[in-house]
Amino acid sequence: MPEIKNYTLNFGPQHPAAHGVLRLVLEMDGEVIERADPHVGLLHRGTEKLAESKPYNQSIGYMDRLDYVSMMCNEHAYVMALEKMLGIEAPVRAQYIRVMFDEITRLLNHLMWLGTHALDVGAMTMFLYCFREREDLMDMYEAVSGARMHATYYRPGGVYRDLPDAMSQHKYSKYKSKKEIDKLNAARSGSLLDYIEDFTSRFPGYVDDYETLLTDNRIWKQRTVGIGVVSPERAQQLGFTGPMLRGSGIEWDLRKKQPYEVYDKMDFDIPVGVEGDCYDRYLVRIEEMRQSNRIIKQCIEWLRANPGPVMLEDHKLAPPKREEMKGDMESLIHHFKLFTEGYHLPAGEAYSAIEHPKGEFGIYLVSDGANKPYRLKIRAPGYAHLAAMHEMSEGHMLADVVAIIGTMDVVFGEIDR
Amino acid sequence: MMQGLKQFFKSLFMLELMKGLSITGKHLFARKFTLYYPEEKAPISPRFRGLHALRRYPNGEERCIACKLCEAVCPALAITIESEQRDDGTRRTTRYDIDLTKCIFCGFCEESCPVDSIVETGIYEYHGEEHGDLYMTKEKLLEIGDKYEKDIAAARAADASYR
Repeated sequence: MPEIKNYTLNFGPQHPAAHGVLRLVLEMDGEVIERADPHVGLLHRGTEKLAESKPYNQSIGYMDRLDYVSMMCNEHAYVMALEKMLGIEAPVRAQYIRVMFDEITRLLNHLMWLGTHALDVGAMTMFLYCFREREDLMDMYEAVSGARMHATYYRPGGVYRDLPDAMSQHKYSKYKSKKEIDKLNAARSGSLLDYIEDFTSRFPGYVDDYETLLTDNRIWKQRTVGIGVVSPERAQQLGFTGPMLRGSGIEWDLRKKQPYEVYDKMDFDIPVGVEGDCYDRYLVRIEEMRQSNRIIKQCIEWLRANPGPVMLEDHKLAPPKREEMKGDMESLIHHFKLFTEGYHLPAGEAYSAIEHPKGEFGIYLVSDGANKPYRLKIRAPGYAHLAAMHEMSEGHMLADVVAIIGTMDVVFGEIDR
Repeated sequence: MMQGLKQFFKSLFMLELMKGLSITGKHLFARKFTLYYPEEKAPISPRFRGLHALRRYPNGEERCIACKLCEAVCPALAITIESEQRDDGTRRTTRYDIDLTKCIFCGFCEESCPVDSIVETGIYEYHGEEHGDLYMTKEKLLEIGDKYEKDIAAARAADASYR
C-alpha cells in the first residue's frame, strides 16, 4: 500500500469565499488542515507611499479605499492624526457628525460581514436582507457626501459640509403605483436626520429577523460553534483587536478605553464573548449593531438641538465659504493657497487610532515640516487577524476555513494597502 | 426533565428552522423593495459626484479661466490643462483633459474651482466602447455641460448654502 502524503491545496485568489484576493496555500491531510499559509499582497496599491507624494488633504480620498466597506472610519483615523499634529479640534457638531457616521459605517461593515459570512456558510437569504439595509445606509452616505461609498467627507478641522435639510425623492413611474412611491418617499420627506431616525427605529426589528434566521439555526450553529477558538491570552498575544478580541472575552474597545471625539458622552455597552469561537464573534457583532444603533439615536437627538459650524474658521487649514471666496481677495488667496500647497504640519510624529469596525485602525504619521507626510504607516486590524489563520484553522476541516475567513472579516483593501 | 423534553420536541420539529422559514416566507408575499432599474432609478442627492462637465456662463462664454487649481489638487493626476491668451486678451484653456480611468471621483476639482466651471454631475450611466473613450477632452466636457446645464445649475443651487 502506497504511503499517503499530505495534499497541498491552493485556495483563491479567485475563490468567491476568499473575500477578495486572499490566496491560501493549504496543506491537507485528507480533509483536515495541517497548515494554512495566507499569501497577501495581491491588492497592494502603495497607499502609504502614494501619500508621501501629495499634500495632506489629497490623501483623504485614498483612505476610503483602504478598507472599502468601512470608508469613513478610515478617513477618521487619518484626519485625527492630522488634527493631533496640528493641535486643533473639530467643532462639537462636526464631532457628533463624525461619531454618527462612524457608527453608520460600523453598521455598513457589519451588515456586509454578516451577509457574506452567512452566504459562505450557506445561508443565501441573509445576503439579500443585509444588502437591503445597506442600500438605506448608502443613501445616507450619498446624501451627505455625494458618493455612495468613497465619501471623502471628513476633513482636518471638521467635515466638508453640514447635513442636508432635504432628501431627494423617488420619481413617479409607471412601474409602481402612486401609493407605493409615496410610501417609499415617506421616510425621505424630511431632512437627512429624519431619514436616519426612521432607519434607526426600523433597524432593531431587522436585527431581530437576522437573529431569528441564524442565532438558533442548527445548521448555522453546527458550522460556527467551536470553530476557530482563540483563547483570551492567545488573542492578546496575536494582536487581535475589535470583535475578534471581544469575542474571546476581553473587554477592550477604544471608544471606551481611550475615548475620542464625543464617545465619552455616549451611552453604550461593549458586548463580549465567552468561548472565543466563530459563533461568539457572530453574537458580538450582532450586539454591536444594536449598540451602534443606540449611539446613532443619541447623536441624532443632539444634532437636532444644536446647529452650528461643522468646520474650523481658520482659513489657513480650511477653505473659506464659496461666497466669501468669490467676494473677498484675502479669502481667494487662502482658497488658492490651500488647494495648491495645502498646509504644513509641524515636524514630529503622531499615532492616532480609532475603533474601526474590524478592530484598531491606526495611522502613524511622521512629518518633517513639509506639506506632505514624510512617512505614513497604516495599522490595519485585518493584517494581525489574518496572521492567525494557521493557528485558527489547524485541525479543522476544509469547509471550516471558509467560516474562519468569514469570521475574521478580512478585507484586502486594508491588509494589502 | 421537563426542560429536556421541551428541548427534544423543539429539536424534533425543527422549530427554529420553521421560524426562519416563516420570515423568508413572509417576504415571498411582501412588497418588493427592488427597483426596475433602467426604467426606475434610485433618487440621487444634489451632492452626487458622477461624470464631469465644464460649464458656460449664460451668455455662452466658457467659465474656465485656466487657473489650473483643479489640476493641482487632483489626487490622481487625472487632469491635464494647457492654456493660451486669446485674441481678446483673456486667458482660456486650449486643452482640458480628464482621464476618467484615473479619476477617483473625490470631488476636489469641483471644490477647488473658483468659477464653478468644472463640476461633477449626477450622471452615472456612461461607458466607453474602446480605449480612449473615457478620456474626456474639453469639447466632450463642454458638450455634457451644455446638455445638462439645467440639472447642473439646479443641483448647485440646492446645495449652495452648505458650501
